[in-house]
Amino acid sequence: MRREKAPLWIGLLAALGAAFFIIPLIGLVVRTPWGIAARSLTSADTLEALKLSLIASLSSTALALVLGVPLAWVYARVDFPGRSVVRALTTLPMVLPPVVGGIALLLAFGRRGLLGSWLAMVGVSLPFTTAGVVLAETFVAMPFLVLTVEAGLRSMDRRYEDAARTLGARRWTVFTRVTLPLIAPSILAGSVLCWARALGEFGATITFAGNFPGVTQTMPLAVYLLLETNPEGSFVLSLILLVVSLLVLVGLRDRWLGLGAA
Amino acid sequence: MRKLAVVLGLLALACGSSPASSAPPTIDVFAAASLTDAFKALGSSFHGANVRFNFAGTPTLLTQIEQGAQADVFASADTTNMDRLRADGFAVGDPKVFAHNQLEIVVAAGNPKGITFLSDLAKPGVLYISAGPTVPAGKYAAQALAKAGVTVHPRSLETDVKSVIAKIELGEADAGIVYTTDVRAAGTKVTGVPIPDADNVVATYPIVEVKGAKNSAAAAAFITFVLSAEGKAKLATFGFQ
Repeated sequence: MRREKAPLWIGLLAALGAAFFIIPLIGLVVRTPWGIAARSLTSADTLEALKLSLIASLSSTALALVLGVPLAWVYARVDFPGRSVVRALTTLPMVLPPVVGGIALLLAFGRRGLLGSWLAMVGVSLPFTTAGVVLAETFVAMPFLVLTVEAGLRSMDRRYEDAARTLGARRWTVFTRVTLPLIAPSILAGSVLCWARALGEFGATITFAGNFPGVTQTMPLAVYLLLETNPEGSFVLSLILLVVSLLVLVGLRDRWLGLGAA
Repeated sequence: MRKLAVVLGLLALACGSSPASSAPPTIDVFAAASLTDAFKALGSSFHGANVRFNFAGTPTLLTQIEQGAQADVFASADTTNMDRLRADGFAVGDPKVFAHNQLEIVVAAGNPKGITFLSDLAKPGVLYISAGPTVPAGKYAAQALAKAGVTVHPRSLETDVKSVIAKIELGEADAGIVYTTDVRAAGTKVTGVPIPDADNVVATYPIVEVKGAKNSAAAAAFITFVLSAEGKAKLATFGFQ
């Protein structure tokens, strides 16, 4: 990369841009009451929200893997009519306001929803359940996994697959023994991104799944509601989410940027 | 350099230092979600200022004010949150009570689950939701249930009373306890089931000017209007007492 010196105005505006992100983070760190941090961390409510968040975000990552990797494969390898439209629709949640996603989920999987009314007949109701939280989180987070894995599939060297096929491997064997190991880094990166997005999900969750401690009240909901009753506690929880996000970003740094160029 | 001047010019415009003019002042009124319809009507018949409303669950509004939101008037759905505002030093003078409200059970239109008493909320197969415990409507609902000696676990604690109504309207929940005024405002989309006086709770709505109001005179005038006979009559048409 050719280095150069930034002109004064570009440098100033860039510094302003960077400060815009950094100052709120400093605010959070400075205002967190470290004295009560340990107590807030280990309080029953916090642990409950943390546990629920972990369970729900990991479940939705698992669901996203099961459905998302095949979807990414189809997008990368199969040319079917309307592919770009379907692909656009399934990545829409990345730019859609999550609360809109929550309303859409209600209209589809709610008790009177398109599919929800059928589910209700067999006694399955998703709103106000942890399963509903998983669904909301998957809806919002899965596109991150699909896009990352698709990029990995497009940039991989397909000659390995050809070689395996020449040697007589069946298509399923090629997929599981050659393709999957080759794109493992993308799958890992996609899963982590997806998990981080699921962990932070708020709008779709509160709209579709409601809010109840231990059942549907995930960390972001707890942070939001705690601000009204115990601001210091909400600062502590925010800091936890901040640290987790930072770890994800640092862990993914090289891989993510590499994929971004793909 | 010329482009920069244009950018700075636009910035200056965006920051909008409005010169003194004869246009009516604007005040920001932070009001409990249950006041939504009534206050919108009050706002449009008040001529002392343009009134902008911020409706949300009372504790949400309180947090916004505490965290520095610019508010001129605060109308709470209970005295507890109002006391907190005063304790934090954000109230100007003494709050004045301007309305009362009562509770009602809200169910889907036509009451398909056949709910008649508070105790019916505990029946199996009835999905009951409530406003959260810090939201006045949620606190009052818990009090009413306690008075009736009914133990029922809400499946969700919503952030304000209007979200409870919305979930019932959508059919996602079977029953909730809300204000009689909310049931009235929702019209035919839901059905209200009265709660007997012995179990009912009277909600008290106080109003106060917020410290640091950008237009103190207009804020005071709006409060006077809400408390006036005309204001009370308007509130009464929405079911407030």
